[in-house]
Amino acid sequence: MAVILSEEQLMLRESAQTFLADQSPVTRMRELRDAFDDKGYTPEIWKQMADLGWLGILLSEDHGGSGMGVADLGVVLWEAGKALAPEPLLSTLLLGANAVRLSSNEAVQKDVLPAVAEGERVVALALEETGRFNPYNVETKVEGGAISGTKLHVLDAHVADQIVVVARASGAAGDRDGLALYLVDANADGVKITRNRRMDGRNAATVEFDGVEVGAERLLGDADLLDQVIDQATVGLASEMLGTAEEAFERTLQYLKDREQFGQKIGTFQALRHRAAMMFAELEFARSIVRDALSAVDEGREDASLCVSAAKAQASKAGRLIGAEAIQMFGGIGMTDEEEIGLFFKRLKAAELTLGDETYHQRRFAALQGY
Amino acid sequence: MADLETFKEEVRAVIAEHLPPELRVGNRSDLPKEPLGKWINVMADRGWITPEWPTEYGGGGLDRKHAAALKAELKKVKAPVVSSFGVSMLGPTLLEYGTEEQKKEFLPKISNHTMRWCQGFSEPGSGSDLASLQCRAEKDGDEYVITGQKIWTTSADRADWIFCLVRTDFDAPKHEGISFILFPMHQDEVEVAPLTLIDGSAHFSQVFFNGARAKAEHVVGPLNGGWTVAKRLLQHERSTDGSSDGGIGGAAKESISDFVKRTVGMENGQLADATIRERLAAHEIDKRGLSLTMRRAAEEARAGQKGRDIGSLGKFRWANMVKNEQDIAVDSSGSQGLGWEGPGFDDKQLERTRKWLITRADSIWGGTNEIQMNVIAKRVLGIPE
Repeated sequence: MAVILSEEQLMLRESAQTFLADQSPVTRMRELRDAFDDKGYTPEIWKQMADLGWLGILLSEDHGGSGMGVADLGVVLWEAGKALAPEPLLSTLLLGANAVRLSSNEAVQKDVLPAVAEGERVVALALEETGRFNPYNVETKVEGGAISGTKLHVLDAHVADQIVVVARASGAAGDRDGLALYLVDANADGVKITRNRRMDGRNAATVEFDGVEVGAERLLGDADLLDQVIDQATVGLASEMLGTAEEAFERTLQYLKDREQFGQKIGTFQALRHRAAMMFAELEFARSIVRDALSAVDEGREDASLCVSAAKAQASKAGRLIGAEAIQMFGGIGMTDEEEIGLFFKRLKAAELTLGDETYHQRRFAALQGY
Repeated sequence: MADLETFKEEVRAVIAEHLPPELRVGNRSDLPKEPLGKWINVMADRGWITPEWPTEYGGGGLDRKHAAALKAELKKVKAPVVSSFGVSMLGPTLLEYGTEEQKKEFLPKISNHTMRWCQGFSEPGSGSDLASLQCRAEKDGDEYVITGQKIWTTSADRADWIFCLVRTDFDAPKHEGISFILFPMHQDEVEVAPLTLIDGSAHFSQVFFNGARAKAEHVVGPLNGGWTVAKRLLQHERSTDGSSDGGIGGAAKESISDFVKRTVGMENGQLADATIRERLAAHEIDKRGLSLTMRRAAEEARAGQKGRDIGSLGKFRWANMVKNEQDIAVDSSGSQGLGWEGPGFDDKQLERTRKWLITRADSIWGGTNEIQMNVIAKRVLGIPE
């Protein structure tokens, strides 16, 4: 169990930093947002990420990957979070394609995974049907070989080649039993994708399935698979949030050192100094808990789900505090669209509410602790 | 030095022969005196109270690995931890700053637990701003005459000697006129008045010096250089605080989650009060954050990974964490959490209530939370003042 980065991870981080600093300034994300670009990310950069080996980190060598762990991918996501990179890393690597990877459907794996590693396929996961995260609250039905229902907040669905759909084969909304995960082509008959425009500029869509035909050969698994996918994606997202929160914190800290009012740097005011110390503490706690959870997931530790919930709860808490304090400390300029700090604030909020917020994960943590 | 396995066997043999069952219950204030005294002598004879100090000063002469093995073996059988201000704070300071004569005079008596010490730092007018202290030491031949008052002195009524911060230069800037001096408590010119705290406990005293005497040769470190010595000593204090797991009670006691399960009850496998449940989960996540961060600080240091000093977070976040735990305990009890003593309240509730009161102090002593955050802002985050 590791709470610090290994030598290999330090190297991976450095190469990610170099690449993103060079190719992905925050202005890139802003330009894509302002243009409401069709894709919302940069395909050339996605391809370069494939060349760097990032897209195959979790995949076995047979599938064109390097067989590394979620903790290693976490390092990349952390850096991507700092740069606010809009590429479909989370949606493909930890949601859609990860459901394929963690399934036992070898034929689908052979078709999908090498293409993912090459950067030639984006795969989304269609799960949620309500605003507040509640993974078993699924009404979308699979009946007589056809899927019908509506999925919300499907990350990167508008650019997905394929979509993993969580459907219900039996039971009622809220039941864990009776769920089935199928792989569907995004251009299949009966699939309708409507892109959302969200405040954070992150790419998501509403996906309607109207009698979309699927065969048993496209079945990936049940709720056990779903739980595993969600745990890995949640800790990956927590890692990405660390990056976003860390960058927002560093920028705010610099602002405290630079900005003058009443003839002195605002960082000299004790009210702000103490709050900076508190932001630092919450961020470092998040970092420790996330690192621990990443290794818990990779090691298959018995308490892995508990660690993941602790990680997302703390990352959400830290992200919320740092986002709010960043805007407050930047003051009026922080309210303008021009100042980049606002982009971090919005991204942190979006990540906080994705895959369960602090309260959701506190409750899950409590349930897993037996109270 | 014996190899590690042989040494562990030696420790186990000593434990088997000399540690009676009534002492194998962890640290408690009500341990039987006579067996405890005998056990302390057994430890002292081997230098095991101060295992890493050199043998010439009464220490065990052990390296870090052997000392850790000793500690682990003792912990396994819940042996009482023999510690004191002398062992944890003054001793390491003397090893660093003391003269050879001072080391020879004092360290062996600390190692064998025969000389008990108290700390004279805080004064009524100098709490967080410790360097503003006013207690005076004036030279008189080869002695100093000490006049003034100290407060928050732990176990002053039982101490043989005091290590004390006194002002020796009255014109210098406040940090530069302070000396660190040692003198005996058993003098007519030293008066001890116990202080009762809000939880009813009385471990602290006020101490009055009305012309007490100290030998000039008992100044530790340079004359007027006491501030540096004290800061170093306080680091020993903080490292003791921060490294604690903050687990109020320890293994034998009831965990906070078990306590809360009793006070609010369970319904359908969940705590019956949803708000208390979320507060408890938040507390346990915070506690994880603290202990994992302290572990990360140690591992990053060992691996030579440089970054901000995250160990600096330990003291104030530990204080918040232990206070929050008792808040949850008392709030979950409602009016049953208001007991002071006697019938109507169970022992565990009474204990939690007293803890709720005394843990208020954790964010005050050893550097208040506000001081801790000032230090972090300045030294760790580098925000200019």
